[in-house]
Amino acid sequence: MITARVKKQLSPGPNGSDVKLEIDLQTRQGITALYGAAGSGKTMVLEAIAGFLTPDEGRILLEDSILFDAASGVNLPPQRRRCGWIPQECSLFPHMTLQENLAFAVTCLTSPRLPRLERHRRVKETLQRFGLKDAAGKRPHEVPREVRQRCSFARAVICMPRVVLLDEPAQRLDPPLKTEFYQLLRQIQKDFRIPVLLATRDPEVCFELAEDLLVLHEGRVLQRGIPRAVFDQPATVEVARILGTFNLLPATITALDPVLKTSRLRVSDFDLMGPYFPGRLRGDNVTLCIRPDELTAMPREGKPGPNQLAAQLVRFTERLSIVRLEFTGNITVELARAEFERYRHNKDWLIHFPPQYLRAL
Amino acid sequence: MKVDWFPLWLSLRVAALSTILTSAIGLWLVYLLTNREVRGRRVLEAIVTFPLLLPPTVLGYYLLVLLGQASPLGKFYEWVFGHPLLFTWQAAIVAAFIHSTPIFVKFARVPLENVSPIYQKAARALGASEWRIFWRISLPLVGRSLLAAVMIAFARSLGDFGMTIMIAGNVPHHTQTLSVAVYEAVEKGNGVLARILVLVISAIALAASYAAARLEPKRAAG
Repeated sequence: MITARVKKQLSPGPNGSDVKLEIDLQTRQGITALYGAAGSGKTMVLEAIAGFLTPDEGRILLEDSILFDAASGVNLPPQRRRCGWIPQECSLFPHMTLQENLAFAVTCLTSPRLPRLERHRRVKETLQRFGLKDAAGKRPHEVPREVRQRCSFARAVICMPRVVLLDEPAQRLDPPLKTEFYQLLRQIQKDFRIPVLLATRDPEVCFELAEDLLVLHEGRVLQRGIPRAVFDQPATVEVARILGTFNLLPATITALDPVLKTSRLRVSDFDLMGPYFPGRLRGDNVTLCIRPDELTAMPREGKPGPNQLAAQLVRFTERLSIVRLEFTGNITVELARAEFERYRHNKDWLIHFPPQYLRAL
Repeated sequence: MKVDWFPLWLSLRVAALSTILTSAIGLWLVYLLTNREVRGRRVLEAIVTFPLLLPPTVLGYYLLVLLGQASPLGKFYEWVFGHPLLFTWQAAIVAAFIHSTPIFVKFARVPLENVSPIYQKAARALGASEWRIFWRISLPLVGRSLLAAVMIAFARSLGDFGMTIMIAGNVPHHTQTLSVAVYEAVEKGNGVLARILVLVISAIALAASYAAARLEPKRAAG
């Protein structure tokens, strides 16, 4: 388990903006995802834990040992932190074969230093376990990307690190290889029982792998929880924007009924019925938040009914099984492909806002 | 006309031994200069660059004082080898070493600093010491560029004149290197000999320079 509470002020970036890291995080056993846009500080967090970035203040604990403590001047070098570090780019040593890469890692183990035979056995066993036996004598540039990735994992875990730090692991993988990668990571977690902290900007990775999710923005953790809960109920407008999967509409609460557990909201020039929002008052300006797949759309026939909004289709994007429809008023709806096919040429639509899915942020 | 080839053989011997010395000590200096953990790197960098900026005669004077029979270093050398260092062919090695090491360090350092830090970070995370990273990761990754630096150091070792004449002298068949022999041939008005020696030393330097250029890794176009 990692506990980190650190601050780091970096020199201004190319656009003159301040780059600041102000992290307070705790990971659990299993896989924890650090989710955030590019430049949110994910890589810096991993580098601070691995020992490649020295924070200005704070403390980093791994299990019960102190990796960094500004107050007492403790700053363990990366060599003594025992963190498996897998960066975005391939970090396998290009002049060594895959087997030599693993052997290098094993010979770096100094506490305890393994006898030669044991080192050899461990390399052979790891090659076998990660399906690298056939490619063992090849150099990294001679094998496909997925083999390189397997070898990166193998090299990171062969020394039995206390945590594996993964930076954007599935970013450059083709879709079929992503599935293989997910299985591999789950298997590693199961076999080696090493906690994993992975940085990603892919919601799919969070859902597939993470048991715990930390949403990062401008060097700060904005929300944490299990991925489903975070994606269902973002804590703030900022988080909803970062997650990037929501319609965000400015609204005013015009009525609240705690008895019937309902509310009424004014969104530009139409009214919506919503659930009761505890802690909110009449007249509050809020941001309504609803996912595109929670909205429904149908061709316009007659006047809009309750919680329905008339809108014109601006454009649509076809995906594998869904179609993403973009309407006037910046509203996005996702429909099943078969449903959309029937009304493909329709321009005027009615969008239905189910009250139970409306969130006020 | 009979050409005395002794200066050529002596120069090649001196250059070869000096290059070995330069490669060993130069690599250590490069390690210190490229290792961020080493304190006083700027001072060391200034010391390594210093010989490039001084006139060879000034450097020669420093060496005369530093290695003379009255100096602790000179006494130590005499105690180990049984004869003084100055005005022997071995002194020419010291001159060639001082002449070539700064150039070797400059040439070897750039490719080492350009090695992607990702490999060094990965090795550190695996627990490798800085020295081990230098030998097992960084050096093999710049092998060709390093060999190019060795070739340049060799060519440079052949060419010292000022320091060599001041600390090794100009004793025919003992300490007379090729560059010193050229000087003597010109001074005595032996133009043919001077031209032959100049051509020979130029050919060797050009060959070493060409080899170094071939060894440099090709850069991608665009």
